[in-house]
Amino acid sequence: MQALTSRGKAVGRKPMTRWEKLYIPAIAKGMSITFGHMFKKKPTVNYPEKTRPFSPVFRGLHVLNRDEEGRERCTACGLCAVACPAEAITMEAAERLPGEENLYREEKYAAKYEINMLRCIFCGLCEEACPKDAIYLSETFAPSNYTRQGFIYGKEELLIPNPVTQPEEFARAKGQHHS
Amino acid sequence: MHLTLLAIDWVLLIEKCVLILIIISVSLLVAMYETYAERKVAAFMQDRRGPSRAGPGGILQPLADGMKLFMKEEIIPAHSNRLLFVLGPGVAMLTAMMTSAVVPWSSHLVIGGRAVNLQIADVNIGILYIFGVVSMGVYGVMIGGWASNNKFSLLAAIRGASQIISYELAMGLSIIALLMITGTLSLRQIVENQQNTGHYYVFVQPLGFLIFLICAFAECNRSPFDLSEADNELNMGYHQEYSSMKLGFYLFAEYVAMFVSSAVMATLYWGGYDIPFVNDAALAQHWGQNPVAILQAVSLFAKICLFIFFFMWVRWTIPRFRYDQLMKMGWNWLIPLALVNMLVTGFLVLLKQNHWHF
Repeated sequence: MQALTSRGKAVGRKPMTRWEKLYIPAIAKGMSITFGHMFKKKPTVNYPEKTRPFSPVFRGLHVLNRDEEGRERCTACGLCAVACPAEAITMEAAERLPGEENLYREEKYAAKYEINMLRCIFCGLCEEACPKDAIYLSETFAPSNYTRQGFIYGKEELLIPNPVTQPEEFARAKGQHHS
Repeated sequence: MHLTLLAIDWVLLIEKCVLILIIISVSLLVAMYETYAERKVAAFMQDRRGPSRAGPGGILQPLADGMKLFMKEEIIPAHSNRLLFVLGPGVAMLTAMMTSAVVPWSSHLVIGGRAVNLQIADVNIGILYIFGVVSMGVYGVMIGGWASNNKFSLLAAIRGASQIISYELAMGLSIIALLMITGTLSLRQIVENQQNTGHYYVFVQPLGFLIFLICAFAECNRSPFDLSEADNELNMGYHQEYSSMKLGFYLFAEYVAMFVSSAVMATLYWGGYDIPFVNDAALAQHWGQNPVAILQAVSLFAKICLFIFFFMWVRWTIPRFRYDQLMKMGWNWLIPLALVNMLVTGFLVLLKQNHWHF
């Protein structure tokens, strides 16, 4: 029968030589290899003191964006909810009242915006669907929690800090590329 | 009646009791830290780090393991043989610890004008005692397997017992060759012989040492001979049905057996408490007996630690034996080799007695 590829190597089935039959030399060789491994560098990372570096396009937790004046960008258009394959996003829209121009960009805003992190598959389709540049996926991943309720993130947990009223937190949130 | 009470040497009794307490606690402590050392050595050989979170560098890990074992629920299966079930781990631990009674841990301490011999029982049949006790170790395995009322445990126990009795023979035969050279069964005398002649018996009896080493691995149920606890074949074998402290006893008995086997090997072949490359008697004149005795105990511990490291090194290198390979090796290879060793040694000893000519 013809072989399908030319990468096959013939297996050596020679009977063991007298030296090999002793087993002790082979055992000694194996033991020297194991001993050598004791002194090699370990690839273990001392989590949580150190973390492995992520690439900048790592898809982690969602962040709701604001513009330079600190106004929320999200207009509750619902495109992210429609794009989400896991149906993790829900929202309720509300109309902007006359005194709230510094809080929201456009006349419609999201009064309630919830993402269920247990359903989210961190695919990033919501980020691609958003027309207002309002949602993007950052580099943190979801920390653990004891209850299912704790995994439904509301607007407060998702919004980025205000660059005008909370500049240090904003700088920390932006400049924190986990190293 | 009251005079006989005065006639008993109370100081000797107290001395021996204190020594027994010390040796048992040291054995248990060493067994505890052997679990830690096993995990660390295994980790380092497998390119990882081992326990490093409990205490600095993971030093308190054995305490955490001990607490975990204490706090588990003690389960006794309903259809098991209750008496034997509880007795099994006890017998295993008993035989493991009893062997340490004849090992000379150091020469002697001078306390208040008395020479305190650092050996619990300096019987002149030391080696025979060790073999007797090790043979009783089979009971621990068999009782555990039978009392569990579990087919797999029974199979594992049968395999374990046959392994132990097969390798005991080769061990005994290899020791006979050593006895021809030393002329005495007392362990202290063997160490003193090695001190006086200056060369350790491993260089006189290399093949005997190799056979004894292999049999020690088999006696401790230690890889590559651990098919009685083969995790992927027999689900933990004869200690499958045990939980909490009974399981702890079985596991500890294995580690204490390792410790005592290392001590016996060091004593018989590697000079025991003799400090290598140093003239002990001259050092004792120079520094006093007590510091030298302590140094000798430390040197014995260093040798034991090296052996324990060797046990663990072999465990994480070699795959397990199959049952028929194991039996074949024990009966077809080791016993003839030990017999040949004995013949050659006997021949050479007679030749030496005859001043090297026929």
